[in-house]
Amino acid sequence: MSTLALMDYDEAVSRYEPVLGVETHIELGTASKMFCGCATTFGAPPNTQVCPVCLGLPGALPVANRAAIEGIIKIGLALNCEIAEWCRFARKNYFYPDMPKNYQISQYDEPLCVDGHLDVEVDGETYRIGIERVHMEEDTGKSMHVGGATGRIQGADHSLVDYNRAGIPLVEIVTKPITGTGDKAPLVARAYATELRELVRALGVSDVRMEQGSMRCDVNVSLMPRGSSQWGTRTETKNVNSLRSVERAVRHEIERQAAVLASGGAVVQETRHFHEDSGTTTAGRSKEEAQDYRYFPEPDLVPMAPSREWVEELRASLPELPAARRRRVQREWNLSDLELRDVVNAGALDLIESTVKAGASPAAARKWWMNELSRRATEQGVELADLPVTPEQVARVQEMVDAGELNDKLARQVFEGVLAGEGDPDQVVAARGLKIVSDDGELAAIVDQAIADNPDVADKVRGGKVAAAGALVGAVMRATGGKADAARARQLILEKLGAS
Amino acid sequence: MTAITRDEVAHLARLSRLALGEDELDHLAAQLDQIISAVARVQEVAAQDIPPTSHALPLSNVYRADEVRPSLPPEQALGGAPAAEEQRFRVPRILGEEA
Repeated sequence: MSTLALMDYDEAVSRYEPVLGVETHIELGTASKMFCGCATTFGAPPNTQVCPVCLGLPGALPVANRAAIEGIIKIGLALNCEIAEWCRFARKNYFYPDMPKNYQISQYDEPLCVDGHLDVEVDGETYRIGIERVHMEEDTGKSMHVGGATGRIQGADHSLVDYNRAGIPLVEIVTKPITGTGDKAPLVARAYATELRELVRALGVSDVRMEQGSMRCDVNVSLMPRGSSQWGTRTETKNVNSLRSVERAVRHEIERQAAVLASGGAVVQETRHFHEDSGTTTAGRSKEEAQDYRYFPEPDLVPMAPSREWVEELRASLPELPAARRRRVQREWNLSDLELRDVVNAGALDLIESTVKAGASPAAARKWWMNELSRRATEQGVELADLPVTPEQVARVQEMVDAGELNDKLARQVFEGVLAGEGDPDQVVAARGLKIVSDDGELAAIVDQAIADNPDVADKVRGGKVAAAGALVGAVMRATGGKADAARARQLILEKLGAS
Repeated sequence: MTAITRDEVAHLARLSRLALGEDELDHLAAQLDQIISAVARVQEVAAQDIPPTSHALPLSNVYRADEVRPSLPPEQALGGAPAAEEQRFRVPRILGEEA
């Protein structure tokens, strides 16, 4: 890989205005493939989910999967798109062994959904991302390159292809050019991918797992000098397979293209590949040798003409969408914009909502997930949702706090036990002996001891300096290892010293 | 005026991965030109009121239910392949684009 000249990011965005575009592919979570009855299970042994249709054997005929068409129409509706009254599939012809037919069934100039938008928020500002089109196609097979140094295509001797993925329903979502984002461009691109993922997940039509490839992004970036309205030459970065990478890829392309332009060079219109390890991109196919896919209407499939009744039925079936849900919980939980954003960014919204459903108050649920549990997730380097603690367990701990059986300090120890795999909260409490000491008999003896150990402080309290009692409460807490009911201990101390 | 140029035929041949010699290009360009001209005569009778069509049947919205059907056993799926390895289709090295 050649050394890349980069311009400092701040300088780059002060001199150039980025224009973005994002193309997202999402595999739908149907049970069977787009045009045949093969299963779509991820990770199945190679070539066990293939048949004459998806292998392109002579005489096999595709028939479109109704659930997939419903899925894409739902996505289109959720993205505020128009749903075409009539449209067709098209053949995209190319020679590459990831499709055994030598073509991919896609859509060309007649996409099923057009002209929508999705609002995303970055730093309190809303950006409306225009949606150019949403079309239906089929996924390709997976190639393994053998003989090369790193399993990469360069230097490979031959390739091995698994067609299990070939023919899985794939939705492509293309934005309109995104302008006016300035130095926020990488964040806007990431926010868009995040919001799109949340939206599709809420619709329940895909598991949208970027690490498994069921959601993949290509990002287009071009730069124009500030003050200009003439767009620059764009590059398309493929292989961007995490939300963080979407942000990094845009940022890197801005730094790289700015350096090229500032040195008097020209950006080459090309496909670039993103590398997760280094956060950089390298040149792939140049658009000068752009493929001519010889699209033509797919003769093996009849046109789609979704009736308006069907479309309205699907619209009525849409669940609460993420933006509406955020507005609702913000109201119900009484959060500021900033608090809501923190919750969303921490990936805690689902967890808090489930914890509230399990009986905790919104404030308590949010406190545990956003403080103690977020801290532990960060320590362990995992997502909050991947911590081995359930919303029901969090609600149970809070229930014990509300009942006066645990204080916050003990509750944190309970979570420590739960996360360490010591069982559910009740088991941890029992095994670790974490119940609060609020039994008056037991507590009274400890209070007497604290008074006896601190005669000076006791005298001050007797003399009317009630604030001094804090030191005695501290002594009681130390003596009980933090397990005393502090409020009750204070009450007892004041009673015994005649200061209540 | 010709309906298709020799250069266009050469371009199509390349896209179709057909290795055509110079003689063949001359020969086919002339033939294709005649074929396209003949087909173009359809346009003389296709008036405004006849929409272009891509399908012989007056059908739309033919869908199947999302039901899993048995796939081929892998040995049968791979049976017709020129080469297979690790239960995968073995293909010559792919030049150009990274998958």
